[in-house]
Formats: sequence, structure tokens, C-alpha cells
Amino acid sequence: MNSVELISALTTSLTYPDLLFIVDKDIAVVAIPASKVADLATELKTRPEFAFDMLTDLTAVDWLGKQTPRFEVVYHFYSTSHNHRLRVKAAVDEGQPVPSLTKLYSIANWFEREVWDLYGIKFARHPNLKRILLYEEFKGHPLRKDYPYDKRQPLEPETWPVRELQVQMEEGRKIHRP
Amino acid sequence: MALIQNNVCWGTPGDNILDYVLGWARKYSIFMYPFVTACCGMEYMSVASSHYDIDRFGAGLPRFSPRQADVLMVVGTVNNKLAPILKNVYDQMAEPKWVISFGACASVGGPYDNYAVLQGIDRVVPVDIYIPGCPPRPEVVLDGLMKLQRKIQEQKHEI
Ligand code: SF4
Repeated sequence: MNSVELISALTTSLTYPDLLFIVDKDIAVVAIPASKVADLATELKTRPEFAFDMLTDLTAVDWLGKQTPRFEVVYHFYSTSHNHRLRVKAAVDEGQPVPSLTKLYSIANWFEREVWDLYGIKFARHPNLKRILLYEEFKGHPLRKDYPYDKRQPLEPETWPVRELQVQMEEGRKIHRP
Repeated sequence: MALIQNNVCWGTPGDNILDYVLGWARKYSIFMYPFVTACCGMEYMSVASSHYDIDRFGAGLPRFSPRQADVLMVVGTVNNKLAPILKNVYDQMAEPKWVISFGACASVGGPYDNYAVLQGIDRVVPVDIYIPGCPPRPEVVLDGLMKLQRKIQEQKHEI
């Protein structure tokens, strides 16, 4: 199916309220409230006419000050049997959990951990929701628009170490092994 | 005391002949540990291969074990998760040891003033020579290497 056919098929067969369908640069887009994401994904995966059996990407956008709710979780689905794609955008506010897709797509496990790590969006019923790229002691979520770009973390060495070598250089000659 | 001609430090046997001889021997037998993490590595390869030929300075053989190396050359961006590993590598090297910081990233964090990148390796290990540039020209690297050789010649040595 091409995007327009896909959109019309989705419009006729999906029965959720508050669904918004768009074709954006040749890809079909569905906007949906975050709480419905798991139900929608189940339907997309199990119904044979859609058969979206692959989650190619899962990421998020921070629309701080531009849009409410603040975040948008973006899913890209692909069907290996029908060769069609679908983008799903789920709007979510700060602190509000999004249903996890780990039961349906195991790759969602790491994608969701990444989104949690960098944006701080929680995923409900995720088996192991902890940081994946950054270290445990990291404070904050760096891809949020209100994270200062030059903020330093508590574990980062802020001051220079005791510079034995520099002191020795000032004395004129450097000695190794004090 | 050191005699410097054409930017090459020949040294003079000053008050301690042992320092002079060991310095001479050590400056011409540098074994580098290239800690290459990013795009500066291209420039390192160019320095190391035949066109610029770092072997003219006795530094031609990179050792890929820190225990066999005596100059740690940090080439490229070091991020915060890598910093403990860099420290570990430095600690594993046997004395005497020197550190070259190659490029803007290793020296001050370079263009990356953000949450991920260490703002200069001198926050973790002591640095002898900083080579500026993004990436540095091979000539600058050779200049830095010669400066390090002068430093080795002029310093006190212990066995
Ligand atoms: S100094 Fe420039 S060339 Fe070198 S690693 Fe950093 S960004 Fe790359």
C-alpha cells in the first residue's frame, strides 16, 4: 500500500477517538494521545492487512514553549511483508508515563531506555527502565531544551588535578618519580 | 644547560652526566601509545606514515600496550565515560612517562562544550605538551614532538 491508501485503510478500520491522520512528505502519519499507543501498536502489528512487524525507530521531540503537551514520542513502523511505513506521534506531558511496547517489539526495550535517558520520559511497565548511554550518577536529561548546554556534572573533574609536573617545571627541571 | 641549534636540542653535559646520557637515550627512543578516539586520528596516521615520517625522530614504533610505551599520545575527543579508562591506561604505563595532548579536543574539549565531553584531558592526567589545531597540521605535531624531546633532554632522570 502507498501512504494515501494506507491512510484511508487506517481511517476506515481504526475506531479510536482523537486520531489525526496526515500524509507528510510521502509517509503516513498518525497522531494519537500517548495513553493509546500500546493498543494502537497491537492492532497495527496483529491485523494482517497492516502487519507492521518491525519497529524501525523510536525517539522523542521536546517542544518546550512551542507546543503543549511538551513532548512528542515518535514511532516509525515498517511492514516487511507489505513494504509500507507508518509514523506514529504520541503527545505526552512532563511526568506522564507512556505505555511501553517491549511486549510487542523487543527492540523497544533499548529505544525506550534511550528516550528515558536523554529526555526523561517514563515508560509504564518497562522491565528495566534505567540509563543506557549515560552513567548512573548523571543528573538531569541532556536533550531537554531546558538543560544548559554547558552544565557540568558532579562526577566530572571540575578542577585540574594537583599538577606536580607544573610545579616542578616552575622549579626549572622536571623529576619523574617523586 | 642545553645547547639549542636549528630548534634541535643537543644538550650539554652539565653538572650531571647521567642526566645528559639518559636524556639523550630516552629522547631518541620514544615508544608511543596512540590513544586515538576521533578525527585527529587521520592526522596522526599522516604523521606516522612515510610522508612526514615520525621515525626520523626515533618515535616510529607505536606500542599498543601501555606497559611497553613511554609517551601517551591522546588523539581526539575524550568523553566523560572514557575518562576513567584514560586514567587507567596512564596509570599502567611504567615510569618514565610523558603525555602529549594532540588537538583541540584533547587539550580543552575543542568544539564540544556539552554534557558528554571531557573539557581537556589535563583534568585527568598530567600533560607535558599540548598540540593546538583542529586537527593539527603534521608539521605542528612534529614541532610538538621536538619540544617534547627538548624537555626530555633537559630534565632530571633517575634509574
Ligand atoms: S580537535 Fe578537531 S579534528 Fe581533532 S578530534 Fe577534535 S574535532 Fe576532531
